[in-house]
Amino acid sequence: MRKSGTTVYLYELAWILPSIAIPVGMLAALTVTAFGAGMHLPSVAGRVSPTKVAQTAPFDQPGVVQVGPGRYEVRMTSQIWSYAPNEIRVPTGSTVTFIATSKDVVHGLFVPGANVNAMLLPGQITRVTARFDKAGEYPLLCHEYCGIAHHTMWARVIVEPRS
Amino acid sequence: MSRVLEMPRPLAAPVDGRRPAHGENRLTAAFLIVALLALFGGTVTGLLQALDHAGVHVPGQGIFVKSYYHSVSLHGVLNVLVWTTFFISGFMPFLMVRSLGRPLASLKLGWFTFWLMIGGLGIAAVPLVTNAATVMFTFYPPLKAHAAFYIGLTLVVVGTWLVTLNMAWTLRSWWSENPGRRTPLAAFMSMVTFAMWTIASLGLAAEMLFMLIPWSLGWISGTDALLARVLFWFTGHPIVYFWLLPAYVSWYTLVPRQAGGRLFSDPLARASFILFLVLSTPLGFHHQFTDPGIHQGWKLVHAFLTFAVFFPSLLTFFNVVASLENGARARGGRGWVAWFAKLPWGDPSVAAQVGAMLTFAFGGIGGLVNASFSMNLLVHNTAWIPGHLHLTVGTAVTLSFMGITYWLVPTLRGRALWSRRMALGQVWLWLIGMVIFSNALHRLGLMGMPRRTQISLAPYLTAEWKALLPLVGIGGMLLFVSAMLYFLNLALTVFASRQACGGEVLFAEALSGADHAPVLFDRWKPWLVLAFVLIALAYGPSLLQLAVTTPFDAPGLRVW
Repeated sequence: MRKSGTTVYLYELAWILPSIAIPVGMLAALTVTAFGAGMHLPSVAGRVSPTKVAQTAPFDQPGVVQVGPGRYEVRMTSQIWSYAPNEIRVPTGSTVTFIATSKDVVHGLFVPGANVNAMLLPGQITRVTARFDKAGEYPLLCHEYCGIAHHTMWARVIVEPRS
Repeated sequence: MSRVLEMPRPLAAPVDGRRPAHGENRLTAAFLIVALLALFGGTVTGLLQALDHAGVHVPGQGIFVKSYYHSVSLHGVLNVLVWTTFFISGFMPFLMVRSLGRPLASLKLGWFTFWLMIGGLGIAAVPLVTNAATVMFTFYPPLKAHAAFYIGLTLVVVGTWLVTLNMAWTLRSWWSENPGRRTPLAAFMSMVTFAMWTIASLGLAAEMLFMLIPWSLGWISGTDALLARVLFWFTGHPIVYFWLLPAYVSWYTLVPRQAGGRLFSDPLARASFILFLVLSTPLGFHHQFTDPGIHQGWKLVHAFLTFAVFFPSLLTFFNVVASLENGARARGGRGWVAWFAKLPWGDPSVAAQVGAMLTFAFGGIGGLVNASFSMNLLVHNTAWIPGHLHLTVGTAVTLSFMGITYWLVPTLRGRALWSRRMALGQVWLWLIGMVIFSNALHRLGLMGMPRRTQISLAPYLTAEWKALLPLVGIGGMLLFVSAMLYFLNLALTVFASRQACGGEVLFAEALSGADHAPVLFDRWKPWLVLAFVLIALAYGPSLLQLAVTTPFDAPGLRVW
C-alpha cells in the first residue's frame, strides 16, 4: 500500500504541474490577445432613467451622426420590439460607436460578423465600437428574450462601398 | 479482475440506534419521483422547441403551451431547476448516510424539507403553467412574473438550506461518534456540494427577497436590471457546479468500483472538491461580459478566476480516468488506450456515466471559450450557449443522473432493473442524439443565430441557418425517444420487475487512501473563510457600489 501510495503521488505530481501550467498559459494568451488586439468589452458608460429615455440626450434624437472623418455614432433606443433607428447606413471603413439603451425590458445588440455583442439594460447606457470594412447588409439582432414577439426585433446595418 | 473485486472493506458499521435504511430510502424515493416527473415535462416541451427549430409546428400544441416562449420557460425551469435540485436533494443525503453508515440526524426535518420544497414548487408551478411566468429560468427583470413564481422558487431554495443543515448535523454527529477518523469520501463530497451551494445561493436569495418579491407584490414600484443580473449570476454560475458535483461524487466514489477497479487518489479528490468550495462563486461576471455598468477590469478578474476553477476540473479528469484505467486493467485491459474497450460497457450505469464524461470534455472546452474575455463576444447569447448547456447540464449531469438511477431505483425498490438492453440502447441513443443536436446548435451559434428565439418565424432567418436547423429537430427527436425509453424502463422496474435486488451501496476503495491526505483537508473553517474572502474581494466593490447608487426606477412589464 505504501509503495502504491508513492507511485500514485508521482503520477499526481506529473499531472498537477501541467494542470496549473495549461490554464496559466491560456490566461496569458487570452490577456495578450484581448489587449494586444485592442478588444474592449462594454464597461461603465453612465446611467439613464428608463422612463425618461425619450427626454434625455442623446436618446431624444436617435439616429446616425458623423463625428469625424470615417467615424460615426449611432444613438439608439431599443423598445419592445424595435430599434430606433432601424436602418444604419455608413460607408466602408467606418468606425461606428453604438450608444444605446433600453426603454423597457432587457434587449440585445448583436451584429453577427462584426464583433458587436452587447446587452441593452434599462437604466444603463451601453457603448460599443466596431469597424465595418466589408460592404454589405448586416443584420442587427435582439438576442435576449424580451417577450412574445422577440423574434421580430431587428434592424439593419448597411455598409455602402465608397464611390 | 478477482484481486480487485475482492477488495471491498465493509463500510463503517452502523452505530447504535436506527440503521440508515428504510426511512432514508423513502425520503430519497420521494425526491426522486418529483425529479423524474419534472424531467418528463421538461423533455416533452424540449421536443416541441426542437421541432419548431426544424420548422415543424405540432398541431394542438396550444392546448399545453401558450407560445414557443412558454414552452422554453417550462423546459428550462423543469429541467435545470426542478429535475436537478430535487434529484440532488434526494441523492446527496442518501450517499452521506450510506457512506457514514449512520442515519440522518433528523428524518423529521428531512420530510419537513421535502414538503416545504413541494409547497414551493406547487406555488411556483401555478403561474408557470398558466403562462403568468413566461420569463425563462433566468427571470431577468423588468420582465415581471406573477409574485407566486418568485415566492415558490424562494421556498425551494430555503428547502435546500435545510438539506444542508440536516447533512451538517448528521456529519457532526458522526464526528463525535468517530473521533479522529477521516470523513468517508462520499460523505465529505456530498457535504462540500451543499456547503458550496448554500454560499452561492445567497445572491439569488437577496435578489428574490429584496428585489423581485416586494416588487412583484407591488410593495416597491421599481426594480433594476443590472443589479438583478449581478445577484442572479452570483448564484447562476456556481449553480452549474451544484448540478455537476453530485455527478462527480458518483464518478469518484462509485463508478471506479462499478468499473471493477479502485479510485486512483482519495487525497486528490478531496483537494479538487475543496477548490470547488473555494472557487465556485467569485466568477459570475463571466456571464456578464457584454453587460454595461460593470467595469471591464472586474470582468477580467472574474475571467481569471474562471480559469482557476478549470484546475480542479482537470484534476477530476485525471483522477477519474486513472480510476477507470485501473478498473479496465483489472479486467484484462492492455495498452495505452486500448484498455478503454475493456470497461464494463454492458453495464448501462457505467456506459451512461462514461459517455457523460466524454461529453463533458467537449462541454468543458466550450465553457472555456465562453469564459474567455474576448472570444465570448462571438458566442454570447447565440445558439452556441444552449449547445454548450446541453452538453454540460443536459448530458454530463443528466446522463450521469440517469446512469445513477439505473442502480438507485432498483436499490430503493428492491427489484432488479427491468431491462439492461433497453437501458443500454437508451444511453447510446442519447449520446447520438446529443452529438447531432449540440453540434448543430454550436455551429448555428458561430453563424450568429440567437438563442431563446422562435427562429422559424424570425424575419432575418438565413438560408445558411435553415440548412442546419433540421438537425436540431432530428437530434431532439432522438433525445425524446431516448428519454421515453428511460421512463418506460424505470416504470417497469418499479411496477413490473419481479427479480430481487440487494439494497447495499458499494463505494470504491482508493489506491491512495484518505490517510495520505493532509489533515488540513478535513478542516472546514479555513476553507469556508477563504471562500468568503474571495467572494468579498471579487464581488464586494462592485456590489457595494451598485447597492448604493442603484435608483430602482424600472417599472416592469408583462409582455408575453
